[in-house]
Amino acid sequence: MLEKANIQKSCTIEQHRIVVDDKLVWTNEENLPFSDFAKEAFQHLDIDYPKFYKMDALSKLAFLAAEYILQDEETNGLALVLANKSGSLDTDIKHQESIQDMDNYYPRPATFVYTLSNICSGEIAIRHGLQTENSFFIAEEFPEETIFAYADYLLQSGKANRVLCGWVEYFQEAYRAVLYIF
Amino acid sequence: MTALKEELKRQIIDVLNLEDITPADIQDDEALFGEGLGLDSIDALELIVLMDKTYGIKLSDPKKGRDIFQSIETMATYISENRTK
Repeated sequence: MLEKANIQKSCTIEQHRIVVDDKLVWTNEENLPFSDFAKEAFQHLDIDYPKFYKMDALSKLAFLAAEYILQDEETNGLALVLANKSGSLDTDIKHQESIQDMDNYYPRPATFVYTLSNICSGEIAIRHGLQTENSFFIAEEFPEETIFAYADYLLQSGKANRVLCGWVEYFQEAYRAVLYIF
Repeated sequence: MTALKEELKRQIIDVLNLEDITPADIQDDEALFGEGLGLDSIDALELIVLMDKTYGIKLSDPKKGRDIFQSIETMATYISENRTK
């Protein structure tokens, strides 16, 4: 099975800091809301991708982690295996609020489309043109054995050349992303 | 009609999260979808909700939307002729 020694690259986003391979690559004021932190971290990348602004928070977090870790990386045959604890609950709540009042019943299509946790995988796949295997697990804590075993299977079976995997958790301003490339 | 067009531009920028675009960047006859502003199918649904919520116009025929959402000009014309709010 894959072990930490097989990790080719890593990216962590938490507490308004983005760290790639133990090197701090972006940070800003810690009292900013996540949306502002994400916007500034995105603009720091200097890429033209207006769809980013329409994403929900979980997708923005996953997108940013993928963007920072995949800089200068080959994405051909790259599979995606992600996990988190809260699924898409943050956006589910926003959607539920929009349909709570029957006298003011205006569900937002742009919110509704993010009421699935694996949409964030889709956003990464669209951005990087990935047409490979992908999975999204929900677990209380990072299911390291499951994720690494699945990544190992994808590599050993030849279904992927490399695997981008890890944890992307967001719920009401609390967030943490840890991605690895195997 | 000019005021309605300006109001529409502001609402579209706000509802569709069009970052770094101002009302002055949107021409009245510019295509909203495709080559113009580059809106997508989810944006079209948001515009349908906007029409209902803000102007009391319910669009039940999606084919109509194609004509109505061509540009700010076509949207403003349809709204001014059909609004109930």
